[in-house]
Amino acid sequence: MISQDDVRHVARLARLRLEAADAERMTAELARILEHIDKIAELDLAAVAPTAHVLAAVDVLRPDKPRPSLSRDEALRNAPAVSDDCFRVPRMQS
Amino acid sequence: MSAWEPVIGLEVHVELDTQTKMFCGCAVTKGDPPNTHTCPVCLAHPGALPVVNERAVEYAVRIALALGCTVRPRSVFHRKNYFYPDLPKAYQISQYDEPLAVAGLFEYWVGEQKLSCRINRVHMEEDAAKLIHAGGDAGRIAGSEYSMVDFNRGGTPLIEIVGEPDIPSPEAAREFLQQLRNLVIGLGVSACNMEEGQIRWDANISVRPAGAERLGTRTELKNMNSFRFLQQALESELPRQIAVLEAGGAIGQVTLHFDPESGTTTPLRSKEEAHDYRYFPEPDLVPLTAGEAWVDEVRRALPEPPAARVERFMAQYGLSRYDAVVLGGGSAMARFYEELAAEGIDAKLAANWAMGEYSAHLNAAGLEPGHGHVTAQRLAALLRLVAGGELSGTGAKQVFALMVEERGEALDIVSRHDLGQVSDSAELETVVAAVLAEHPAQVEQFRAGKDQLAGFFVGQVMKATQGKANPQLVGELVRAALSG
Amino acid sequence: MTAGLDPLRLTAREARRLLTDGEIAASELTKIYLDQIARVEDRVHAFILVTADNAAKYATEIDREMGATRGALAGLPTAIKDNMVTEGVTTTCGSKILGNYQPVYTATAVRRIWGDHIVMLGKANMDEFAMGSSTENSAFGPTRNPWDLATVPGGSSGGSAAAVAAGEALWALGSDTGGSIRQPAALCGVVGMKPTYGAVSRYGLVAFASSLDQIGPLTRTVYDCALLLRRIAGHDPCDSTSVALPSEIELPTAERLDGLRCGIPTEYVAAGIEPGVLSRFEQTVALIEELGATCVEISLPHTEYALPAYYIIAPAEASANLARFDGVRYGYRSVHADDLTEMYEATRGEGFGPEVKRRIMIGTYALSSGYYQAYYGQAQKVRTLVRRDFDTAFAQVDLIVSPTSPTVAFCLGSRTADPLAMYQSDICTIPVNLAGLPAISIPCGLSDHLPVGFQLVGPAFSENRLLAAAHALEGAIGFTAVPTFCDSRGASHGAAGQAEPGAPTEPAGPDRRAADEDQRR
Repeated sequence: MISQDDVRHVARLARLRLEAADAERMTAELARILEHIDKIAELDLAAVAPTAHVLAAVDVLRPDKPRPSLSRDEALRNAPAVSDDCFRVPRMQS
Repeated sequence: MSAWEPVIGLEVHVELDTQTKMFCGCAVTKGDPPNTHTCPVCLAHPGALPVVNERAVEYAVRIALALGCTVRPRSVFHRKNYFYPDLPKAYQISQYDEPLAVAGLFEYWVGEQKLSCRINRVHMEEDAAKLIHAGGDAGRIAGSEYSMVDFNRGGTPLIEIVGEPDIPSPEAAREFLQQLRNLVIGLGVSACNMEEGQIRWDANISVRPAGAERLGTRTELKNMNSFRFLQQALESELPRQIAVLEAGGAIGQVTLHFDPESGTTTPLRSKEEAHDYRYFPEPDLVPLTAGEAWVDEVRRALPEPPAARVERFMAQYGLSRYDAVVLGGGSAMARFYEELAAEGIDAKLAANWAMGEYSAHLNAAGLEPGHGHVTAQRLAALLRLVAGGELSGTGAKQVFALMVEERGEALDIVSRHDLGQVSDSAELETVVAAVLAEHPAQVEQFRAGKDQLAGFFVGQVMKATQGKANPQLVGELVRAALSG
Repeated sequence: MTAGLDPLRLTAREARRLLTDGEIAASELTKIYLDQIARVEDRVHAFILVTADNAAKYATEIDREMGATRGALAGLPTAIKDNMVTEGVTTTCGSKILGNYQPVYTATAVRRIWGDHIVMLGKANMDEFAMGSSTENSAFGPTRNPWDLATVPGGSSGGSAAAVAAGEALWALGSDTGGSIRQPAALCGVVGMKPTYGAVSRYGLVAFASSLDQIGPLTRTVYDCALLLRRIAGHDPCDSTSVALPSEIELPTAERLDGLRCGIPTEYVAAGIEPGVLSRFEQTVALIEELGATCVEISLPHTEYALPAYYIIAPAEASANLARFDGVRYGYRSVHADDLTEMYEATRGEGFGPEVKRRIMIGTYALSSGYYQAYYGQAQKVRTLVRRDFDTAFAQVDLIVSPTSPTVAFCLGSRTADPLAMYQSDICTIPVNLAGLPAISIPCGLSDHLPVGFQLVGPAFSENRLLAAAHALEGAIGFTAVPTFCDSRGASHGAAGQAEPGAPTEPAGPDRRAADEDQRR
């Protein structure tokens, strides 16, 4: 059974801020969904190979040839904050 | 001998010298203005998809084969998930439980001792972008007001070489790394430029009672960006661990940051949560199958590994291990030496010159072996004069200096500067007679049995001929004249 | 010239003929749709962004510059689901976190039809990040079903489906991860197709679940569907998972199904299919047999595990795909933060809606240390079993048929409180994505006053077989009803289209199928 602490831990891993009330509701919702998906545990699949890809394709490679890059203005166009032609982020240690 | 023995392992990252990034067509460059080599893929714009760089795979296979690894018939990319501003997708495309290659062995030398280190795996991934910390002091994260990201480097092809903890000392770790770097450079897949961080490494170290089987708890060491710092960091961590254990304590599994200024290590602030990378197969890419035929083709095209070359130099040219390591350790010098030898120059003579005058010249001029005016062919022309007795050692050094200075040919310089060795007996006999006549007292003493004075007469003859006389011939002539 | 054209009935095939024959100008055609948008969009809300000015301008340009040398799709007014990036046109993916995002490139599928000079009318509404089955999860408000404004259009491509149904677009592009094209097509009474995984490039499709996502057409007819699919399908060097089709998409002409073997999965039909839907389905099966095909019961025994497996795999992939929305390079950034970690958490906490957060949480949990094997690893094995089920079935039959959705359109708000109930909408469509197969939904009648969808599923890369069969069946069904823009909650909005609200409508003129028949003669 998933606990509120689990939910908080997962929210931290996923970098999602959850308000206290949200954490409670989320715990209940996740518990119900997990109960549903736990159904697959019924199957003994030790001998079954996993499918990561439905495609049979392998070795899709690209030649090592440069292609035009974006201009710096295009690269930075959507940036929420810019300093010295770089993407700016808040301080990394508080 | 200490009762404790260190066990060291290295993980080495190498940036590959491909034209383009690992998963997109942006050029791999150094030193360009920030954020001028980016695209939707390496900026992780919504909807963008990675496509694997063919040459990066080939280069990775070269490294794997040179390290004696088995290239796996099927390898898969995984997503390694974590949030960091230099990682635009918030996952790194890397390899996990199905890496490119496994189970290699790297042989290296520490002095006269040959050591080997097992290689756990070689895998492919992409480099992170560059972070610049602003405000605060000296570009450190701690105390900075904000940080800036330049994505030019982000997505550069990166190879991770994971060594097993088989390295017995800090000095051996340093040798391992230097010789590994030579190997990679020789493969032509990376210049491994240290200043530009093209080769980077982390170390792990533990100690155990000498002879024990079981490994102790290890610590991780980071931020050692020179060979010297690697050795220094390990040398500072080793007594710390021993002291803790001898005091009955236990080693904590920590990551330590090396401070080059103090030469000591400090623990990194432990993260609030343990890393949970949530690896899973990258659904945007398909598996790689290194076909046997293709792998064999790459293998056949591999240059000779340095360790094998060193042994061959010892056997083929009769060199000492020391000389063979100096000449055969790096591919450029090895090539130069072998070109000299192929010109018919005596192996020992060629070795002395390559390691002596020639290496000094390279250092002074900042050149790589094989570059500059003095080619192997030009040096061989000079050494043929030495071997033929037409130039003395001293004279040859003069000629070499002039070859460099005037960008000339040995023969031409010898004749223009009149530096040829005099080996004409008749000419020299006259000089010998004159020298004996000038020193009757010494002649007396020699005849009375003071044999050592032969050297004195030779020296006087050499002086009289300004060093051009063939000293061996002079010796013979002096003895002949005195016994006559 | 344009007076007789009804955007609720006009097909791309007919529109193309009118353009080619010079009976209508591209600008006139575009105006028909822009006028219809002006008439009904405030009630339907099929679009997040209508690019009316650009559309009108571009259509005029086509008229002026291209004359008789128009390409195959030149001048055809099109809606694009807002999860395909379009350079210079805001792309939101239905999310606040991309509210102002100006793409710096264009999705391959869109670039191809732009290259054919289609006219883009705007960006269609959708569930945020394509997560949902009702389009109620859009950060920009829900889309309403033009057949009954009290109901949902389905989702996540609800905007695309409603736009086509409401005559606000001639056709549209959508994307399908677990039914997101077929289910809204069914609920809106239009044709929707999910191609084989890999048939259409995903480059520029904002990823939800990378191993399941496919772009596909939503159109009024099967013929139109083939017409659009053949332009967007094909190998793209920018998508490592895209492949060349074994043969080009053909424009379907079949009228019979002689010799075709159809399988009806007992597990799908048992799965709580609403009686009205079931009866339409059974009538359609009877039609299939009349056309010369045989129908047999088949079993897809792992169907009950497909849904839970999907609700592990899709959120797990999504949790990584949506990690890039971190407020660093583009999109929304919260101001409620002092340091980097707070910025990440606040940006994502404020930027994502509840359903997206729920799925990120599930996916993160399923991949986290200690749970991988039990969830993700096990789900990938279930996926193998689901594929084997289909392989076994396709050894016996040529196509698999089922209802597309167990129900007709449901009322807005009726399922939002219960995520699991919402997930059940996709019981007949999800296994198809897990196996990467092509499938098409066509309207097969009305239940009460709402459309019912009929799904045909084929083996990988059997698009031509599927389109031919769907085309023949479509002709036999003769679905001619058009939406009424009524509101069953009582507050009727009055006549919006050409029909009166309320009861199912009869065609006012020659039905579109007949029009196509006429052309063929």
